[in-house]
Amino acid sequence: MSQSVIEFQRVTKSYFRDEQEVPVLRNFSLSIPSGKFLAVMGPSGSGKTTILNLIAGLDRPTQGTVHAAGIEVSRQRESDLARWRARHIGFVFQFYNLIPVLTAAENVELPLLLSPLTKRERVKHVQAALGLVGLSDRIHHYPRQLSGGQEQRVGIARAIVSDPTILLADEPTGNLDRDAAQAVMVLLSRLHLELNKTIVMVTHDPRAAEYAQEILHLDKGKVT
Amino acid sequence: MKLLWAYSARNVWMRSGTTMLTIAGLALVSLVLLAVLMLGNGLDRALIESGSPDNLLLLRKGATTEIASGIYRDQAHVVSTLPGIARTTDGRPLAIPELVALISLTKTGADSPANVVVRGTRPDAFRLRPQVRLSQGRTWQPGTTEIVIGAQIATRFLRDSIGTHLRIGKRDWLVVGIMEAQGTAFESEIWGDVDQLMSAYGRDSYSSLTLRLSNTTAFQSIDDAIAADTRLLLQVKRERDYYREKSMTMATFIRLLGFTFTFIFAVGAVLGGTMTMYGAVASRTREIGMLRALGFRPRQILSALLFESLMLGALAGLLAIGGGMALQFVTLSTMNFSTFSELAFRLTLTPGSIFITLGFALSISLLGGIPPAIRAARLPVTAALHTPGR
Repeated sequence: MSQSVIEFQRVTKSYFRDEQEVPVLRNFSLSIPSGKFLAVMGPSGSGKTTILNLIAGLDRPTQGTVHAAGIEVSRQRESDLARWRARHIGFVFQFYNLIPVLTAAENVELPLLLSPLTKRERVKHVQAALGLVGLSDRIHHYPRQLSGGQEQRVGIARAIVSDPTILLADEPTGNLDRDAAQAVMVLLSRLHLELNKTIVMVTHDPRAAEYAQEILHLDKGKVT
Repeated sequence: MKLLWAYSARNVWMRSGTTMLTIAGLALVSLVLLAVLMLGNGLDRALIESGSPDNLLLLRKGATTEIASGIYRDQAHVVSTLPGIARTTDGRPLAIPELVALISLTKTGADSPANVVVRGTRPDAFRLRPQVRLSQGRTWQPGTTEIVIGAQIATRFLRDSIGTHLRIGKRDWLVVGIMEAQGTAFESEIWGDVDQLMSAYGRDSYSSLTLRLSNTTAFQSIDDAIAADTRLLLQVKRERDYYREKSMTMATFIRLLGFTFTFIFAVGAVLGGTMTMYGAVASRTREIGMLRALGFRPRQILSALLFESLMLGALAGLLAIGGGMALQFVTLSTMNFSTFSELAFRLTLTPGSIFITLGFALSISLLGGIPPAIRAARLPVTAALHTPGR
């Protein structure tokens, strides 16, 4: 078994709504080894997205610790976290979150702006990432000129272009039709199998979850 | 980070409808400021530039204007013999006694009359004031009732005037030439022979004496000599200082009024800019959240949005300067309160006013951009990522 790349230790996370404490994760522990493809399922409000946010350091636990890609995420300063995220975390979003005024290539290049790569090196990486998702011929297209499935593939290319340690996918098929969703899942599966990427995917879709090695079911902040 | 700048620039282009309105608002406010500066520049040019740094103006002690001054012929003669006065090529001192009077003329196309300065002088006045030159006709013959009129008088009062007669004092005067003076107050004057003018008005004293220094250090010696001579109850001023004092009240009033209006408009423009940038941030909340999630730091988001704001300001500034260039062709007239005469001047664009306008446009756009940019940079990433929108 590979060493854990993500480790939750007795994590509790609560939010406050109108001064009312709403617990989302309760005493939650989880260990994800490197190279694992994990799907997290559960009803709305069960804490799925909170897990992704805690791994990426976008949120901090109320109690407990979160380790990911070699650091204790919950103890880092925001500026250090931003640098660390740029290097180790790739995000795939439900609504793609592509910037409409930038081309596919420019959208994919965004994370590389935070790396020390030269422009020429960045272009090579972008071409490779877009090639990997099968969009070499759409490099100069704007998001509005792409289908939903193609937009999500650009989103995946953006997530992997900096070769991050961990890929976090939040409902990556949630906004796609069945065929496009299947194509995206095949792609994520390939990234896991061929590039040995650690992937944590939150989904409502059981068909999408089937592509993962393991499925974690959450309900009211606890593993069921 | 060129891509982030391109992102900002393309966002401005994409929201062209909203941004054009904002740019137009910022540009108008900047143009108001520029017009005020150009007014001030025009007045400065018309009045201060009328004075030459090498010339001295002598008035009766206590007199604040040429109109209120009086210098007797013998006093003028004594002064013209002092050392330190430049001389013409044929050896005459370049010291010219002048008589300043007011006449009433009716503007072309208007009913109400306005006062116009008539300056009795000598042909050497063109040497004393090299910015003044004949543009049409010829200069007056000494000892005759011929006059030369300023270009602004020709435009605003006496069109097709060469060859026509004008009643000044108790005589009719023949217009023989038109003079230009690089936009200075002399363009709003009428010049003729000083002795003939004194005779026409029955005056036995001049209004002022203007002389050219032989060198810049001669000022003090002439001032001392005049102060020491009890026959000469005269005050000595550098000609430029005299005109600066005359322009100060009027220019200060116009600037104060203009800056007050500009400030009020600027507050509105800043609010408009802020609202535009808030709109820009609100419509891109999820994008900003995504950029933060990718690892972009708040400082980088802040600078991209401020750059966007500055771009609006720069475009507005350039538009305002374009408007200012068009305003250069506008000639205005006002009452010169020191002579109670008509003074025409052009709105004048200078590198300084261009620089100030551009700086002003950038400043108000930056000021309007700061609050929304800070808000965007401080957005909680998790909330931003789940905001509805593009």
